[in-house]
Amino acid sequence: MNQLRGKVWKFGDDIDTDAIIPARYLNTSDPRELAAHCMEDADPSFAGRVQPGDIIVAGKNFGCGSSREHAPIAVKAAGVSCVIAASFARIFYRNAFNIGLPIFESPEAAAKIQEGDEVAVDVESGTITNLTRNEQYRATPVPPFMQEIIAAGGLINYVARRLNG
Amino acid sequence: MPMTITEKILAAHAGLDRVEPGQLINVRVDLVLGNDITAPVAIKEFRRIGVEKVFDRERVVLVPDHFVPNKDIKSAEQAKILRDFARQQQLTHYFEVGRMGIEHCLLPEQGLVGPGDVVIGADSHTCTYGALGAFATGVGSTDLAAAMALGEIWLKVPESIKFVYYGELQPWVGGKDLILYTIGQIGVDGALYQAMEFTGPAIETLSMDGRLTMSNMAVEAGAKNGIVPPDEITLDYVKGRARRPYRVYQSDPGARYARVYEFDVSKLEPQVAFPHLPSNVRPVSQAGHVEIQQVVIGSCTNGRLEDLRLAARVLQGKKVHPGVRLIVIPGTQEVYRTALKEGLIEIFIDAGAAVSTPTCGPCLGGHMGILAAGERCLATTNRNFVGRMGHPESEVYLSNPAVAAASAILGRIAAPQEVL
Repeated sequence: MNQLRGKVWKFGDDIDTDAIIPARYLNTSDPRELAAHCMEDADPSFAGRVQPGDIIVAGKNFGCGSSREHAPIAVKAAGVSCVIAASFARIFYRNAFNIGLPIFESPEAAAKIQEGDEVAVDVESGTITNLTRNEQYRATPVPPFMQEIIAAGGLINYVARRLNG
Repeated sequence: MPMTITEKILAAHAGLDRVEPGQLINVRVDLVLGNDITAPVAIKEFRRIGVEKVFDRERVVLVPDHFVPNKDIKSAEQAKILRDFARQQQLTHYFEVGRMGIEHCLLPEQGLVGPGDVVIGADSHTCTYGALGAFATGVGSTDLAAAMALGEIWLKVPESIKFVYYGELQPWVGGKDLILYTIGQIGVDGALYQAMEFTGPAIETLSMDGRLTMSNMAVEAGAKNGIVPPDEITLDYVKGRARRPYRVYQSDPGARYARVYEFDVSKLEPQVAFPHLPSNVRPVSQAGHVEIQQVVIGSCTNGRLEDLRLAARVLQGKKVHPGVRLIVIPGTQEVYRTALKEGLIEIFIDAGAAVSTPTCGPCLGGHMGILAAGERCLATTNRNFVGRMGHPESEVYLSNPAVAAASAILGRIAAPQEVL
C-alpha cells in the first residue's frame, strides 16, 4: 500500500513558480540547493521548518507562471511527500508527474484542510484522509496514460523503455 | 466535423484526420527549444534516456538568454552545458552571446517558426509563436528531454476559447493592452489548459509585433496556447524569413468553442497591471499617483522593433526623471542594429537610459536591474508576481512601451499624452 502521510502547510490561490523557487536561485539545478529556498517568497520559514513527509495544500492554479522544473524539484527535495491543490497550472502539473512528485487535485480537500492538520493520502485510489478532522476527500482520478508514466518511474524511464525496447 | 485551427494543426501532426478536445495524442514536433535555465536539466535527463543523438540536429534550438552574458560563476557553468551540448550534437541553431536574442523575439525573426508548426519549448512563453498561426506551448525540462530524443510529445487536445475584438484601437493602445485587458477580464486561470484564439477586426489590423505580444501572454491566463489565424500580415512577415515550408490552417465555420468572448475595444485605454498578478489590471487613467524608481523596456513580450519605436517617439527630446533608472533592452541583435540605424538608441541614451545587449535578465529578477526592498518598477514584461524582479518587498507594474516611456519621464505611472 502506497500511503503518504504528513503535517500540512497551507497556501492560498495562484502560488506562482517565483514563489515556489525564486529565479535568483536558478543559477543551479542542484536539488539540495533549490530545496533550501523552497517557497521562500511565500513563507521564508518554510525551508527551515518543513519535515520529511509534510504535505503542501493550496488553492487554485498552484504552480502558475514559469516552466521551471526547478519548482517541483525544489518541493520534492525539501521532503514534501505530495501537493494537494484545488487546481494546478498545466506546466507544473506535467512537470510534477515527469519528475515523480505526487500531486492531487481536490477542491474539497483544498477548502477543508487547515494548516497543521495531519493528512494521509492513498496514492492509488486518490483518497485523502484528514486524520485531525476525521474527514475524507476524493482527488480527481489520474488519466490512465499518466498512471503508466508513474508506473514506469517517470517520463525518462518511460521513453527509455520505448526507445530501447 | 468542423475543427478549430488548434485542433487541425494537432491532428495533422498526430497523423489523424480529426481530433477532439480531451483526446490524448502523440504529436510530431517541428521544433524544440531550450534556454540556459531549462536546457541544463533537460540535457541531464536526455543523457539518462540512453540515446546518442537528438532526433534532428536542425530542429533542436538552444538559446542562452536568461542569465547571459553570464551573471556569475554558476550561471557561466549552466550556459557552458548548453554550448558543449550544442557542439557535441552539432546543432545548427545554437545562438551565442553577440549573435543571439531573447528566444521568443529571435525565433520568429530568424524564420525558425512558421504557420502550422508544432513547437514546444522549455520556457512558458513559447506560446508566443501562436501569433504566426502555429501551435506552440511551454513545457518543462523533462518533456524537452523526451522530445529531443523522440521528436514527438504527448499532448491533451485543448478546448478552444474564441476571443473576438471589435473596433479601432485608440492611439498608444496595442497588443499589450489587449492581452492585459483580456487577462483582467478572465483571470490568471481563466483559460487553464485551454487554447486562446484571438480574432476580430482589431486583430486583423494589429501588427505582427503586437500579435506576438498577445500570444506571448496567453500563459498568464493559464492557457496552453494562444493562436492568431494567419492572414496577409502573417504571410508578409513570414515571406523571406521562413527556413522551412509552412502551412496555413484556419478554423472551420461551426468549429466548437468552450466559450466565446466579444470585446468592443474601440474605447480601450492603455492598461496597467498592478502588483502582484497580471490580472490586476486598471486603465492608465485610473492608476492614481504611483511613483516608480525603475522602468524596463524590453523582454520577450515587448522587446521588438515596434516596441522600441513607440518608446522612442515618447522619449525623443525628453529626459528620464532624476529619480528613475530607465533600462532599455532590444530583444535581438537584429532589433538592436535596426534601432541603432533608425536613431532610436541615440534617443534613449540622450534621454538618460541604459541600453543593454539582449537578455531576459531583469524580467525574472536575474540580473541587469534587480529591485531593492520597497522599490517600484514599471516594466513592459509579463509577470508582476511577488519578488519577480528582486526583493520580495519590491513591486512590479506591467504596461505597454509607450506608457513605460512616459512614466520614465514623469517618475510616476503616466499616459503618453501627459508628456506629448
